[in-house]
Amino acid sequence: MKRRMKLVSLLIIFSLVTAMAFAGGKSEGASTAAPEKKVIRIQGAFVEPEASRFEECLKAFEAETGIDVVYEGSKEFETQILVQAEAGTPPDVAALPQPGLMRNFAKRGFLTPLPPEVVSKIDANYSKSWKDLGSYDGKVYGVFHRVNAKSFVWYPKKAFEAKGYTIPKTWDELKALSDRIVADGGVPWSIGIESGSATGWAATDWMEDIMLRTAGPEVYDKWVNHEIPFNDPSVQNAAKIMLDIWMNPKYVLGGSTNILTTNFGDAVKPLFTNPPKAWLHRQGNFITGFMPEDIQANLDEEVGVFALPSINPEWGTPVLGGGDQFVAFNDRPEVMQLMAYLTTWESAAPWAKAGGALFPYKDTNFNDYSSAIDRALAKILVNAEVFRFDGSDNMPAEVGAGTFWTGMADLVGGVPVNKVLDQIEESWPKK
Amino acid sequence: MGDLYVPDKKRNAGQEFITAVGRVLVSLFVPVVTFAVLWAGFIFLRDSGASQLIITLVAIIWGVGGVAALFILSNFTIQRLPVHWRKRFVPFLFVGPALIILGYYLFLPAIRSFYMSFMGKFSKDFVGLANYKYIFTDRTMRLAFLNNLEWMILGTSLSLIFGLLFALLSEKSRFEKLAKSLIFLPMAISFVGAGVIWKFIYAFRPAGEAQIGLLNALVTALGGSPVNWIVLRPWNTIFLIIILVWLQTGYAMVILSAAIKGVPVTLKEAARIDGASEWRIVFQIIIPSIKGSLVTVGTTILIVTLKVFDIVYAMTNGLFGTEVLASQQYKQMFKFLNYGRGSAIAIVILIAVIPVMWYNLKQFGKREVF
Amino acid sequence: MSKVKKRKSLNREGQSSGIAVNAVLLFLVILWTIPTFGILVTSFRVKDNVFATGWWKAFSDDSGFTLENYGQVLAGRDYKLKSDTNGNSPVKGDNMAGAFLNSISVTVPAVVIPILIAAFAAYGFAWLDFPGRRPLFILIVALLVVPLQISLIPVLRDYQKLKLNGTYLGIWLAHTGFGLPLATYLLFNYISTIPRSILESAFIDGASHFTTFVRLILPLSVPALASFAIFQFLWVWNDMLVALVFLSGAGAKMQVVTVRLLNLIGSRGQDWQLLTSGAFISMILPLTVFLALQKFFIRGLMAGSVKE
Repeated sequence: MKRRMKLVSLLIIFSLVTAMAFAGGKSEGASTAAPEKKVIRIQGAFVEPEASRFEECLKAFEAETGIDVVYEGSKEFETQILVQAEAGTPPDVAALPQPGLMRNFAKRGFLTPLPPEVVSKIDANYSKSWKDLGSYDGKVYGVFHRVNAKSFVWYPKKAFEAKGYTIPKTWDELKALSDRIVADGGVPWSIGIESGSATGWAATDWMEDIMLRTAGPEVYDKWVNHEIPFNDPSVQNAAKIMLDIWMNPKYVLGGSTNILTTNFGDAVKPLFTNPPKAWLHRQGNFITGFMPEDIQANLDEEVGVFALPSINPEWGTPVLGGGDQFVAFNDRPEVMQLMAYLTTWESAAPWAKAGGALFPYKDTNFNDYSSAIDRALAKILVNAEVFRFDGSDNMPAEVGAGTFWTGMADLVGGVPVNKVLDQIEESWPKK
Repeated sequence: MGDLYVPDKKRNAGQEFITAVGRVLVSLFVPVVTFAVLWAGFIFLRDSGASQLIITLVAIIWGVGGVAALFILSNFTIQRLPVHWRKRFVPFLFVGPALIILGYYLFLPAIRSFYMSFMGKFSKDFVGLANYKYIFTDRTMRLAFLNNLEWMILGTSLSLIFGLLFALLSEKSRFEKLAKSLIFLPMAISFVGAGVIWKFIYAFRPAGEAQIGLLNALVTALGGSPVNWIVLRPWNTIFLIIILVWLQTGYAMVILSAAIKGVPVTLKEAARIDGASEWRIVFQIIIPSIKGSLVTVGTTILIVTLKVFDIVYAMTNGLFGTEVLASQQYKQMFKFLNYGRGSAIAIVILIAVIPVMWYNLKQFGKREVF
Repeated sequence: MSKVKKRKSLNREGQSSGIAVNAVLLFLVILWTIPTFGILVTSFRVKDNVFATGWWKAFSDDSGFTLENYGQVLAGRDYKLKSDTNGNSPVKGDNMAGAFLNSISVTVPAVVIPILIAAFAAYGFAWLDFPGRRPLFILIVALLVVPLQISLIPVLRDYQKLKLNGTYLGIWLAHTGFGLPLATYLLFNYISTIPRSILESAFIDGASHFTTFVRLILPLSVPALASFAIFQFLWVWNDMLVALVFLSGAGAKMQVVTVRLLNLIGSRGQDWQLLTSGAFISMILPLTVFLALQKFFIRGLMAGSVKE
């Protein structure tokens, strides 16, 4: 009997709390009818410290419009955004890292095309290639903001100059420099492609840069769009040129197998030991963030950089790059207001001042870039005669983030070029 | 004999129907009412501006108390029913909530996946068995099947052997608690943390440089030249399996140790008096007595190895010939955006486990119930 | 209690091979602990030293130790911004306290609710007769294999309609659903081995199934309940995918520890050394839970004593 009493009193308490909760919920519901501050939710793959820098960029917009913009970055963004888009719970805006993902989303109808007033701003402030990368089926969806450029070779400036080395202008000069470093008892290259669950992308970047320099932008586009097969002679040629460096044990720090398990961010570090364990490192502008702290503090004095030299003079030194594009999942006016804001230099200046990022805008005020290196790279990017987006990001993900990555690892592991390229070709999704 | 179930031969169709409806209602009652109450509470909590600590406390009490109170409530209701109704409904008071929740969170999605596995990339067009054909002909998938087999055999047996060894040894040691805690330690580390830890074990630096990986430091100290373990085919899969064994042994140990403690001491004492060696006691008394727990642990670890994904994803991303089924499934679903193929792989994994289930359920039919 | 103690001492008597056992155990425990110990040492080292020498060298060379990695994780990271509004001063990132509370709010009910529901179900399948008992049990065990990734999209779609997106309730129920097959399977295997005679005597005394379950079965099953509680706790605590999907609607204020830790290492993983200290900080609670529950395993002795 005592137990029953306990039970009943428990139930009474519980139902009372429930009733209160219902009542509370209702009154809350009534009060939310009052006008609220407008909120725009953005999600993307970049986290701190980039997230804080991006938020800094939004402050002018928030102050001007009174709209609250909330950015949420996540390391597992790609999975998250896919699930949310499928389930109908996407944020208002997302920063998609690959054009392929944007096209997939656009095809499935998740995205809202940008209205003419935003498109005209894109026309005015970007080169055509950025607009095309953000378009699908004749409609424009994406606005590029922070981007990167990857066709650069980094070197330890002071030691490099002390040795009397000079910046190579052609591929032959680059090879000559490499040989000279070997003759001096050094190791020219430090290469690393390990990147956890994204291992491989650093290797595909090398391939793409060499493709652009040996076969030219038109063939490059055909390769990316699968208008020529993946095992085309031009691709074989590019792979062989790359392997000339990669598989030469004298050229690469630790030999070729070391490439596979060296983290891409750690690969730049041997340049800054005393004396340098390696002298050259090919990577995008973002690599400065991985350099040792004391080097980062004196970037302009310690670090030198040159464009990856041309191979076939006909194609010069094209620039390979990448970047996130912002897309909208609905057409609320404030969302489009934000998209328009993102097409302006005003939205980029705070980040350019903070450093470590490049922007593609025509109206760039280069003086806003805080370091000489960033400024120089930004000029190369904006003034590039030929700019191409990272090809693996533009290929179907099965290849671009699948067999292309696996294949590059196999190449370094000693599998013959033609066999690797045949296998990648075989894996290209059939139409 | 209290509530013993006595089949009622005189039930007519109407009664059958009411019974069926009643059973469904009983099954639904706890989850649905719980859900409604919790839901209302949560809308309130979410909108309230209370401090996080208070919300945390209230949320915990609300969630746990709610479920408990509603089990009591539904039992209270059923006990008010006439005896012959009560007997029919009581089992569903017990198994109903689990069935409903599982049905919603796993069974329906599994059915949906089965359907999706016959659809194309965008889940719009029917492609028949094309996805399955891909699974059984693609080069990467073939590798994944072979690797998974390796994971299942080596991962499961090694985890079981070490788990049993630790359970037996710690049972006889004065440092039982300390030893168990240390073996259990890896289980508490997140996969991200485990990835970092093992990268430091397998790290490779070229010959001549200071090795920062423990394994290569040992190799070079013994006069060998450093090995890049993670890219060393075909052994690299085994190096990854070692990580799983390191993680899962704690699990096996905990369960097996609990089972060993349940073996009657008198049995062991009697054997000792008869002069049996410790080995004989282990193999002829302890192991047969804990056979059920061994099967349980073996089954769950086997399923873990079948679904293994995080280790491969974090350590190699499936490169260097280490791809497994679950990492392919994840990539197909979330990276390659091919839901059809991803679903088909999930279904194949599901079918692959049927023999194990069948073995587990052999005993089930023989049970005597009330 | 005295009975238990006596048993223990009996158990340890007559161990001629005591030293050998301890030696083997010591060797294996060291083997098992070295990886963790290595990372513990690493977590106190300066970032640039970590790449220069192995962690075991930290004691012999004079590179020294630092608490920097722990400070950055616990108190929030310093970011250099160089902005107009902040000048050159560093900005503090999110600290761990909020994420810890979130993780606790997610984990505790997500452990207790499935245990309760699964224990009821395990009893039902083990000792009660009802139509469809066998196929339904097969189904539950088969669901052990279903990868939870396939559930994310359909469940999130319904959550959107019910406004459960980004609530604790939503993620508790999801974890309950994903944890139930293992919970039911483990608890069934334990509860079904309880001797039939114990239940029979309870029914003769006139107890109902509910009373028998609450009064007799639950106390007897404490070791199994405790072991599952640990596994579910670890699983939920270390989960990232489920939290990302079901809590993301609420934004950063509901981030759990795993998500925040991973975000700490930077977009391209440049600050991954923070994971070394992060791994230990996030391990504290699960380990405490294990140590706290460990004493319940010993009650297994009592369960065994009933069997005799």
